[in-house]
Amino acid sequence: MARKTIRTIPQERTPIPTQEPDVRVQNFEEVAIGYGLEHALIESERCLMCPAPACVPACPVNIDIPGFIQKVIDKDFRGAWEVIGDTNLMPAVCGRVCPQEDQCEGACVVGESLAPVAIGRLERYVGDQAIKEGWTNKPWIEPIGFKIGIVGSGPAGIACAADMAKAGCDVTIFEAFHKPGGVLRYGIPEFRLPEPVIDAEINNLVNLGVKIECSTLVGRLFTIEQMIEELGFHAVFIGTGAGTPRFMDIPGEYLNGVLSANELLTRCNLMQAPHHDTPLGLGKRVAVIGSGNTAMDAMRVSLRLGAEKVYCIYRRTIEESPARNEEIEHAEEEGVEFHWLSTPVEILDDGEGNVRGMRCIRMELGEPDSSGRRRPVPVEGSDFEFEADTIVYAIGTSANPIIGQTSKIKLNKWGFIETDEKMATSLAGVYAGGDIVTGGATVILAMGAGRTAARSMKEFLGIRDNSVVYENQRDNLDSTLFGIPKTERNFVRLRTG
Amino acid sequence: MSGTTQKEVHTIQQPAGGYRSSGIEIVRREDFSDVTYLLELDHPMMARAARPGQFVIVMSHEDGERIPLTIADFDREKGTITLVIQAVGKTTKEMQKDCQAGTRLISVTGPMGEPSHISNAGKVVCVGGGLGVAPVFPQARAFKEAGAYVIGVVGFRDKSLVFWDDKFREVCDEFIICTDDGSAGIKGLVTDGIKMAIEKHPDIQEVVAIGPPVMMRACAETTRPHGIKTMVSLNPVMVDGTGMCGGCRVKLHDGMKFACVDGPDFDGHQVDFEDLINRLHRFSEEEKQAVEKWTESCKARL
Repeated sequence: MARKTIRTIPQERTPIPTQEPDVRVQNFEEVAIGYGLEHALIESERCLMCPAPACVPACPVNIDIPGFIQKVIDKDFRGAWEVIGDTNLMPAVCGRVCPQEDQCEGACVVGESLAPVAIGRLERYVGDQAIKEGWTNKPWIEPIGFKIGIVGSGPAGIACAADMAKAGCDVTIFEAFHKPGGVLRYGIPEFRLPEPVIDAEINNLVNLGVKIECSTLVGRLFTIEQMIEELGFHAVFIGTGAGTPRFMDIPGEYLNGVLSANELLTRCNLMQAPHHDTPLGLGKRVAVIGSGNTAMDAMRVSLRLGAEKVYCIYRRTIEESPARNEEIEHAEEEGVEFHWLSTPVEILDDGEGNVRGMRCIRMELGEPDSSGRRRPVPVEGSDFEFEADTIVYAIGTSANPIIGQTSKIKLNKWGFIETDEKMATSLAGVYAGGDIVTGGATVILAMGAGRTAARSMKEFLGIRDNSVVYENQRDNLDSTLFGIPKTERNFVRLRTG
Repeated sequence: MSGTTQKEVHTIQQPAGGYRSSGIEIVRREDFSDVTYLLELDHPMMARAARPGQFVIVMSHEDGERIPLTIADFDREKGTITLVIQAVGKTTKEMQKDCQAGTRLISVTGPMGEPSHISNAGKVVCVGGGLGVAPVFPQARAFKEAGAYVIGVVGFRDKSLVFWDDKFREVCDEFIICTDDGSAGIKGLVTDGIKMAIEKHPDIQEVVAIGPPVMMRACAETTRPHGIKTMVSLNPVMVDGTGMCGGCRVKLHDGMKFACVDGPDFDGHQVDFEDLINRLHRFSEEEKQAVEKWTESCKARL
């Protein structure tokens, strides 16, 4: 077969079937329905199979992207799933929520002259097939006697747990909520990430032998130090995620009707408000402050829960908005009204302790600030008011204080856990990653941090970091590297001198 | 290699089959009145970790809401924690009906919040009103154990609602019961009890007050002119209880704090009670409807 070139591949990126805006805003079903077989086969042909792919290093967890796409071309979907599974247990999640345009797809060579290969959509297709078919693949794990504790069952914890379990460790995840998944569960709405997908992919983790302890608040029920000293963990990973929401310290923030995006999302995603017992208290006119992915989620959830008007208030322009373009487009299609270059100055009181509206001021962009983005400055006398009964803050979070309050671990001046580039903290054997280290970021960056921490943990414990051998590849088991069987995980220590 | 040592006595119980926790067993229930009941839960790790002033978040069933409840007592030897609950909303009424010894709560998470700071004050008044009578008990006991002279002041509507007076008498050097109608102890509010105590002991160094916000505000106002440090325990609306949602933010004179991770204890002279009371009414309409709906469904089942 002749080598594919940019001229011979399908020129158009295969669109993903999507629910119409006026239909989907009435339901919590997935917005993007996902590729069918035909779509996947056509799109996979667009990959040039670069010998030195740029997409792989651009992936925070380094999925062998051409490798799995080749399997899709061969219609070996299970094989594709196994290729992804070597580095990422959650293709159906990541295919949905990763900002691929900034990662693999952003680096894709095809993207230099055409639209990049839809790597994320292909990954999702493969992940969805695995869930539909109920594939499980138990790696050949030889227990090596190390006990690993993971604090938090969000993306960082899951990634770290998976790698350590594959290396033969006895891994237990502790989760403070009553269901595992962290931000995947409480933060990302059903229409972007359905619950059965989370359940199925967390089940992959359980299949690796990982134990998950819910309703366990580490720090308070037992401390990080106690995990090492008393509970017998040889190493611990802290991935506790987001902390307290930020507010702006403007008048009216304590009124009823003002809440954080995390509270709104937790109530309706994790607690299923208002259909279950947890109340929601959402008004008819909702103003969301901020323009990140969390803000988009909060707005789109509000629309689906009966808000008639949803406004987005952001002090910069759409150009600087941190949300994915796709999310902004979806929100716009669903009817969100964007007010760029506006910032709230006061939340107005109805006289009975509830929100009546908001007063904002227009902004204009001035000189670039330290982040390189142009700093918004208020335009004097440009105040304007509008009516609203719910105000949602989605302007980021501060550090969660619990681990710092209960352990001697070193924090930075903002209260986040201090780590080196290998994710090691100031306590020996204790690693950390995700939002508790970096502040608010993405699912996949947290997963990347979890994997980095796992590599460091293995180094610390003296575990050989080789690739996984699956049970269905048992005939491979006899093959050796430097005379050491592939399943051997402990380093052979050399004594010199 | 597994590092099994003698210290490893509190083995973490592993629920069988995935992550669905089997829940926490209720080992004892006691009814103090037609609205107040006590649940003792089997949770050895929590009993070991709990300190006075901390709380738990309870979910009674899969579709339930997460409600914060202050730990009223803990027994490290028996491995139990005790909650005293007032049936006021849908969830607490439902629990009053369904929770019996031998049944399980789907999720009990904690101990949450910063433990109360048991200062080295020599003379302390521990005040409990209504719902706050039970949670102030472990603080009274801790102050006693720390060597303080402890004056207990508890308030009830009438004699029939009085509970735990024997437990308080054990740890208090002086004990004052206040009832609205004078049917037990003195006739008056807990603030009258505090005034009595202050008159008799001008050297009181600290007051701890737990109860409804209106009562805590009155206590703080009673002690303010005397300049006595007054700690209150706040119980605002919460969801996660782990410092993530921000629902429990409270307004202090020096800025915003989150009751679940910065509290629940705060300096009563700093708290804006007006704001706290307003925010507690955030879901009053929804709560009313939920109770009505639940009452209807109970009738329908009969």
